[in-house]
This record gives sequence, structure tokens and C-alpha cells, in this order.
Amino acid sequence: MLGLLGLSAELFGLFVAFGFMVGVFFGFFGMGGSFLVTPALLILGYPTPVAIGSSMAFVFGTAVIATLKHHDAGQVDYRLGALMFVGITVGIELGSRLVFGLEVLGIASLVVGVAYVVLLAAIGILFTRSALGDEEDGGDAEGEDATDGAPDDDVPEIARKIKSYHIPPMTTLADGSKASLWTISGVGGGVGLISGFLGVGGGFVRMPAIYYLIGTSLAAAVGTSLFGGLMSGAVGAFTYGRAGVIDVGIVTALLIGSALGARIGSGATAYVDEDDVTIYFGLMLLTASLAVALGEVSAWLSVPALDRVSFLLLIGSALFVCAVILYHGVVAIRDGDDVAPAT
Amino acid sequence: MTGTALLPGASPTVAALAVIGLVLVEAALLYVAYGVLEDRLAPTVFKRIQRR
Repeated sequence: MLGLLGLSAELFGLFVAFGFMVGVFFGFFGMGGSFLVTPALLILGYPTPVAIGSSMAFVFGTAVIATLKHHDAGQVDYRLGALMFVGITVGIELGSRLVFGLEVLGIASLVVGVAYVVLLAAIGILFTRSALGDEEDGGDAEGEDATDGAPDDDVPEIARKIKSYHIPPMTTLADGSKASLWTISGVGGGVGLISGFLGVGGGFVRMPAIYYLIGTSLAAAVGTSLFGGLMSGAVGAFTYGRAGVIDVGIVTALLIGSALGARIGSGATAYVDEDDVTIYFGLMLLTASLAVALGEVSAWLSVPALDRVSFLLLIGSALFVCAVILYHGVVAIRDGDDVAPAT
Repeated sequence: MTGTALLPGASPTVAALAVIGLVLVEAALLYVAYGVLEDRLAPTVFKRIQRR
């Protein structure tokens, strides 16, 4: 079987383990796929189109699994996801055209690299500041029950302010609150633009954008972001699949690990208070920003050692946050803090 | 192994759809299989964790 898939047993095992880690992020945060998988495949020596194409197909598969899991928990706003998809598709097209335009000018790699660093750092700071603010406010500033509480209490202040502007046409979200179609399309277009421009699935932008700008609960933002990832992953997998660059062996091995990880990560959302983990996730994004910056510097200066440091930072920080989620989950179960077994 | 290797001679669109279909089937099967595993093992794992 392994011979058919074109991978050695060691490599297959490595991808399964790596997939598990990515799956935990996908299940818990609704993001964390392509910005970890693509660089890892590139460092392992796979050609860029194979790395991106296989990553997109993997993102699609993992998003299917995680969406099914969040669907069971009633945490997916399909209407919102479908409305966003139109904007996302247009944004992806515009983003890719922008890249090709910059390519003609010979500055695509530089601009994309810097944009990646800035974006990861900005989102990392947002998450870290939010987590630190919650701690100063006593840990529950945004709602007394982050996992299943009243939606209004779980919506950040910035989203409440945006929602206060009633610009028609308005649409009703799954939690009963209203949001302007302009906000939803704008967020979808912006996320698509970034996704197409950076060549990533975009979950690390989509989930915070849904949470902070459209104003759903964090659980609904995660579930809906996964549904968006499913749709954009399918579009990406189809595009790269047509070019024949998706390695099915890599995707299968990653999926075997991530299917288990996503199940555990999704289940952990019922036990682990996001406030306990958000700060680590923010710090991981900041570390990822540093890792990408080091990767860029490594490319400019032709220093392979920096590339390895970049890889270790990326994987090490992700492994650490994954362990933190599992640790908090085990502690919550042991202390009897669980809501209900996540079946 | 790529989509082209899966279906030699197929058009790029068919090969791409075959890859998406394969990934979808794999994902659904894994979801169901791990679901069964979770139903059978989760209670035991929970009890063991709570005992520690």
C-alpha cells in the first residue's frame, strides 16, 4: 500500500504525526493548515506547486472532517459561509491577479513575504492583546460562558460597534443577530484577496475576521470559517488538481493524522476555555511571523541554517500549542469541568 | 502519486475531480471510522483520565 502511495514508511509516519498536530489546530481554532503544511513540504524538498497543491487538497479534506464535527455541535452558520463565499471567490481572483502583476515587476516574492510577516504579526498581536485584556478583566471579559453562552456576551466590542451601523440590506445570522450584507461581502472579499495574494487557505484571517468584524460567537466563527475553508479548499484543489501536481500519498497520510487531531481538537472546545489557550495561539502566530521573516532573510542571504531555524520555530511553536490544548483538555476532564463528552 | 497517475489518459478536469472525490471519500471514511473508535474508546479514556 505504501509503495502505491509512493511514500516510505518513515515519511508516511512523519506526515501522519504532522497531520495530527495540524488537525488539532483545525478542530480547535478553525485554522492552521496551509501556513504550516506548505512551508514544511517546501523544506522537505517538494516542488512549490506540489507543496501548495497538496496543501490545498489537504486543507479541503481536513475542513470537511472538522466541518462535519462542528456541524454536529451546531456551530456552523451555513448561510453566512455561503454569503461570504461569493466575496471570497472574487477576492481570490483579484489577489492572484495582483501577484501576477507584481511578478511582472519582479517584486512578487518580496512583497508577499513582507505581507505574510506583517499579517501574522498583526493577528498574533490581536490575539495576544485580547487574551491579556481578558486576564486583566478577570478572565471572562467577553462572556461568562465562552463555549455555549449567550451570543451577545461572546461578541467582541469592535464587532458590536460595526453591527450597530445598520446599512441595508441586512441579513440574519444563525444566532438571530443582524449583520449588513456589505460587511459580510467586504470581509469575504478582503479575506479572499489576502488568501489569493498569499496563496494560503486563509483560515488564520477568515476566523478572526468573522469573529471580530461580522460578530458571531467564537464557536460559530470557528465552525463557519471551517465551512469557508472547505469551499475555498475545493476551489484550490480543483485548480491545482487540473495541473496534476497534487500528491495523493501526502494528502492521505496527512488526513489520517488530521482526522484524529481534528476530532480531538473539536471535542476539546467543549472542555477547554479559549482564554487559557488564546495567548499561546497569539504567541505562536508571532513566532510564525518571525519564522517566515527568517525564511525570507535566509533566501535573500542564501543561508540554509536560517531556513532550518525557521522550520524549527514554526514546528516547535505549533507542537507546543498543540500540547497546551491537550494538557488543558486532560486537566479539565480530570477536574470534572466538562460540559458533556464530545461524541 | 498524482491525479494524473490515478487516471492515466483522463482530461485534467476529470483528474482534478477524481482527486477531490478521493479526498472527500477518504475524509468521510476517516470521520466515520474515528467516530466509531471514539464512541467505543472515549468512555474508557475519560474514566482513566479522571482516575489519575
